[in-house]
Amino acid sequence: MIINHPLLGPRDAAEFVYLGDAGLIGRPDGMADNAADAFHDYTYLRDNPAGEHRELWYHEQGDRSWLVITRNTLTHDITRVELARDVARTQGRSR
Amino acid sequence: MRYSALKVLTQGLTGNKGWTPAWREPDPKPEYDIVIIGGGGHGLATAYYLAKEFGVTNVAVVEKGWLGSGNIGRNTTIIRSNYLLQGNQPFYELSLKLWEGLEQDFNYNAMVSQRGILNLIHSDPQRDAFARRANAMRLSGADAELLDRDGIRRMCPFLDFDNARFPIQGALWQPRGGTVRHDAVAWGYARGADSRGVDILQNCEVTGIDIENGVVRGVQTSKGPIRAAKVAMCAAGSSGRVAALAGLRLPIESHVLQAFVSEGLKPVIPGVITFGAGHFYVSQSDKGGLVFGGDIDGYNTYAQRGNLPVVEDVCEGGMAIMPMIGRARLLRMWGGVMDMSMDGSPIIDATDTDGLYLNAGWCYGGFKATPASGLCYAHLLATGQPHETARFFRLDRFRRGAMIDEKGVGAQPNLH
Repeated sequence: MIINHPLLGPRDAAEFVYLGDAGLIGRPDGMADNAADAFHDYTYLRDNPAGEHRELWYHEQGDRSWLVITRNTLTHDITRVELARDVARTQGRSR
Repeated sequence: MRYSALKVLTQGLTGNKGWTPAWREPDPKPEYDIVIIGGGGHGLATAYYLAKEFGVTNVAVVEKGWLGSGNIGRNTTIIRSNYLLQGNQPFYELSLKLWEGLEQDFNYNAMVSQRGILNLIHSDPQRDAFARRANAMRLSGADAELLDRDGIRRMCPFLDFDNARFPIQGALWQPRGGTVRHDAVAWGYARGADSRGVDILQNCEVTGIDIENGVVRGVQTSKGPIRAAKVAMCAAGSSGRVAALAGLRLPIESHVLQAFVSEGLKPVIPGVITFGAGHFYVSQSDKGGLVFGGDIDGYNTYAQRGNLPVVEDVCEGGMAIMPMIGRARLLRMWGGVMDMSMDGSPIIDATDTDGLYLNAGWCYGGFKATPASGLCYAHLLATGQPHETARFFRLDRFRRGAMIDEKGVGAQPNLH
């Protein structure tokens, strides 16, 4: 697979480390009343879809950026690559 | 029809005209006691033990493709019981004991071949870890020995003992480990279940699971609706998709594992050998091909094919322990979709929906577990209680903090 890095251009996927579902950006509030349940779901449960999947990749052998990649799990086609920082900010995170 | 040497002889003398199909191809009935989703090794074994051990025969196995099209025909055929943890090791030892009696039990030649499995040791801490593991194995009733270099040399003189980076210092040896002809396992279980009255419905995809007020009522399939008192999910790599039909999210990611086979060679590798410093395992099939594999690719996928970086990594592992493998030509390679769980261990449990059951999360250890998984799942389905040796494989163990994390890497499926 070739990942079209938003800053560096096309890079081999072997330079990256895979973390998992991009939902991991949305860490639950640890002080909420339902924090135990929310963290259980956040840590252990996954949608695991067959088809389009948004996921976190880390450019370990490159610029060490975190990316959110939209990829089809049936074909391995990558349709979108974003900096995870930008995605996190649009979700209201400060950094 | 019961198979025997006499049968082969008499059929051979009469032109082999008396053989009958090994199982029927029935139309679905409108209702069953139990519908099993997934006609792979585990689903067929579950149906077999339900009929044979628990007398439950009004059962359908619903399979989207054909028997043997999934992971039961894609694995590297290794059987072993060399685990460490309390939740795992007795279960896999039960499975190995079932393998040992399987062919007589279901009257089918599955070519169970206990040529032993050798886990190589490359460092002092690894020897300590394997000594501990060997003790855990023996406590569960399994066999295990620690070999020194001379002991390995007698068995496998071709290994690269003095590799500059990963010298071989010893090995964990389980003589009862080995290989099994994997398709024959599916066929044997299918024939055994079918002859006891189980309906095996091939090319029949489950498209929905009917649930009313928290109680399962049956399934929707490509061949029409089927009512059932109990629905048993058993879909391996597709567990996430099947569970989604019931609105469930699982502690599972689907990943691809690649496997490889070389051209046929004369007998060269005595049993199963695994590399202890990287991830590589190899055995030789009865046809002569070297069957080997390594790590999963490491990203979510349902495509039954992988990518080149892992091919390179697997071949590097092979070259590190047996440089002679570099002279063999690769014949075929393929991929299978693994249901990688969050702690690397499986789930055999009831769900919160009445009558809906789950068997999933086998990661890449599903093949060796086939008989015990079938027996324990059948036990759960028939009695409503977990089988003694599978009592730790609960769906809620993540919530309780009772993970069975053999590798100790946490909730990161691609590291298990």
